[in-house]
Amino acid sequence: MSETITAAPRPAARPNLLLLVLEMRTYLALLLVFTYFAIMAPNFLSVDNAVLISKHVAINAFLAIGMTFVIITGGIDLSVGSVVGLTGMVAGYLVLDGIYIGGGYTVYFNTIEIVAIVCCVGVFVGWINGILITRFKVAPFIATLGMLYVARGISLLLSGGRTFPNLNGDPEYGSDTFPLIGSGTVLGLPVMIWALIVVTLLAIYISRRTPLGRHIYATGGNERSAALSGVNVDRTKLFVYMFSGLMAAIVGIIIASQLKASHPATGEFFELNAIAAAVLGGTSMAGGRGRIWGTIVGAFVIGILADGLIMMGVSSFWQMVIKGLVIIAAVVIDQFQSRLQSRIALAQETEGGR
Amino acid sequence: MSEEHPTGLSIRGAVKVYPGTRALKGVDFDIRMGAVNVLVGENGAGKSTLMKIIAGVEELTEGEILLDGEPVTFRSKDDAVRAGIGIVFQELNLFAEMTVAENVFIGRERARLGIDIDGDVEAEQTTRLMKRLEQKIAPDTVLGHLRIGQQQIVEIAKALAQDVNILILDEPTSALSAHEVDVLFRVIEDLKRQGVGIVYISHRLEELIRIGDYITVLRDGEITGERSMQGVDIPWIVRAMIGDKSKDFASALNHEFGPEAFRAEDVCLPRPGGGFIVDHLSLSVRAGEVLGLYGLMGAGRTEFLECVMAQHHGSTGRYYVYGEELRSPSVAGRIRKGIALVPEDRKRDGLVQIMSIRENLTLSSVRRIARLFHLDPAREIKKAAEYIKRLTIKVSNPENPVSSLSGGNQQKVVIGKALMTEPRILLMDEPSRGIDIGAKAEIYRLIRKLASDGLAILFVTSDLEEVVALADRIAVMADGRKTGEFPNTAPAAEIIAAATPRKQKDTAA
Repeated sequence: MSETITAAPRPAARPNLLLLVLEMRTYLALLLVFTYFAIMAPNFLSVDNAVLISKHVAINAFLAIGMTFVIITGGIDLSVGSVVGLTGMVAGYLVLDGIYIGGGYTVYFNTIEIVAIVCCVGVFVGWINGILITRFKVAPFIATLGMLYVARGISLLLSGGRTFPNLNGDPEYGSDTFPLIGSGTVLGLPVMIWALIVVTLLAIYISRRTPLGRHIYATGGNERSAALSGVNVDRTKLFVYMFSGLMAAIVGIIIASQLKASHPATGEFFELNAIAAAVLGGTSMAGGRGRIWGTIVGAFVIGILADGLIMMGVSSFWQMVIKGLVIIAAVVIDQFQSRLQSRIALAQETEGGR
Repeated sequence: MSEEHPTGLSIRGAVKVYPGTRALKGVDFDIRMGAVNVLVGENGAGKSTLMKIIAGVEELTEGEILLDGEPVTFRSKDDAVRAGIGIVFQELNLFAEMTVAENVFIGRERARLGIDIDGDVEAEQTTRLMKRLEQKIAPDTVLGHLRIGQQQIVEIAKALAQDVNILILDEPTSALSAHEVDVLFRVIEDLKRQGVGIVYISHRLEELIRIGDYITVLRDGEITGERSMQGVDIPWIVRAMIGDKSKDFASALNHEFGPEAFRAEDVCLPRPGGGFIVDHLSLSVRAGEVLGLYGLMGAGRTEFLECVMAQHHGSTGRYYVYGEELRSPSVAGRIRKGIALVPEDRKRDGLVQIMSIRENLTLSSVRRIARLFHLDPAREIKKAAEYIKRLTIKVSNPENPVSSLSGGNQQKVVIGKALMTEPRILLMDEPSRGIDIGAKAEIYRLIRKLASDGLAILFVTSDLEEVVALADRIAVMADGRKTGEFPNTAPAAEIIAAATPRKQKDTAA
């Protein structure tokens, strides 16, 4: 992991300016796009705009956090976009129709119950992904690709392809607070931003301060070594897919609440944005390397870039080209950095180790 | 003496330096044409490095290669192939999904106009090669359907398919049946008559005496014996291979052994397709004792350790730690009961290369270091530092990736990781593979020290010198079975004899 090297510098280690610049590249990129649009785009620096961009970014950031864990274990989760759609539909279904239990009775749920049930749906889908990958040894790409279709199909089936409209909830059932998840504010910050902050801190804590986090990195770094060292590789993988499913459920709820409607096609291509944010933040597709914080910054780079370009009136065709170039450039620089880094570490050990 | 066998290729003053080790220290080696040049030495003696240089896979650090008296440099394998050098590597370089003919001609496909592969010609030539090797293998058989021994034959056929002047065979018989070995030897005789120079590497000494014309013995990157095969016997080879000083690291720390710490009973691992990789093996180790398990490649030693470590679901057998039977089917469960493994292949099984030295050290015991679910960094750093000091691992910064360390220090990290779980039985697979002689001595001293502290140690090796020097007691394995048990004072020749697989006539072929 790259951060540890700068985290504990020793007096003997010569500071390497180039390496420092490369390591901070995601921040530099963020600073660059931010400054550029601050100067070039009118109204970019307004508070309203900042909140708006944050909301856009948050959607992607949740998914990207889950994706980062998955990618660190050496896997991939292509199903998150569809799970966003599915969980959104489930939320809409529960708000509008409740669950019919037979005998002319229908159970309606309050907001908290709805959130809990929908989260369970997301986790359950992740669990199936994990079981396919660990128990049935299906390659993560294939397992989650299959789930991408299955989940999307089920969300279309839930409504026959229609949108669930007017998810205002009903005060009688305690579900009238449902729209607040996407539009409410606490201490001036939107609820979803608070949720993102909590999830981010939790994910950082897991990745850096718990045995589970260490096991996630070890599994992706060298699965055989990890297994022989007593790491329960299967359980670790199961966790990351379930966590990714949970993130998708949160996003599904937020979008349904924001729009007060759930549409079965919601979330298409979200998985690709999440992968892009993770990669931009320095996560290695080969596994074993990546940081939650880097992913968050990566999500902001992508989000600011997209919104800024829109504000400047750049055509959406060009937006796609620019986004693609930024991602490719990030990976090229990443390769360069890891080569430089290992060379420096090697030099340090041959020098100091004798 | 080389009147009838002219020198085809010779190497003068060969030095090869890898980061951290000198694999060859000024080696002179001649390949005589029309003869079998036998090369023998322990693992890590430099045989494979020497062959890789001749085959153009590696370049010399110093020294030169002379081909028919002219200096040449092989920058790639292609250069060597052009010079008529063929090599059959110990590991099979074959494609399981392709047919035999496709494998034989891989990289040198016979093609019309350089585009269209001429399958008929390839099939015909493959059939001819198989006939020569007395095998009934159809050229369109998918390679993966063949037995390992037959696959090895295909590998040999691959080398024969190109017209070679010099043929290097690195342990070609490790998976062959007695009958197949006879066939191979007839082919070798045939090649000799055609004037091909053959380099033959093997651990099976009686095989060498049977087929060889000249013998060269390598030890720690130096030549310790070189002569024509006349009058060479096994004791001479063993002496040249391991020297007279074999008691260097001797079990100087004499101490009483404790009670039985570990017992394995009736361990079996079936081989897919019949037979056993590990065949009803039982053994026990006492506290404070170092048991060496010696055997050649493919004897099933590594697989046995993997069975103990719950890596093979198909294995059966019982294991006892201080009289208590192990029931947990998971690695973590075995570790909790006090078993730790230092695997053979550090890169593949022992370390997570991109993680830091600290993280690798604590990998097996993070749960132990953590309180509930919280991992306190200060506590972890302290723990890592303690083991770095205890094992005298030379690191400039424990936060550097473990891949930046030398082989010996990497090995110490793996050992440290195992010790941090506070094991009662330490299993070590080839504990000194791929590390230089200085680090080796240090690892040996460490093992002796751990044993005198009361740890039971079971190590596996194919290095005779190592097993004699390090073990209190030696168990020998061949073909998955335990074939003997010796005190460490037993004559080397006896140990080697026990390790030689007794090939029964292969009825399956």
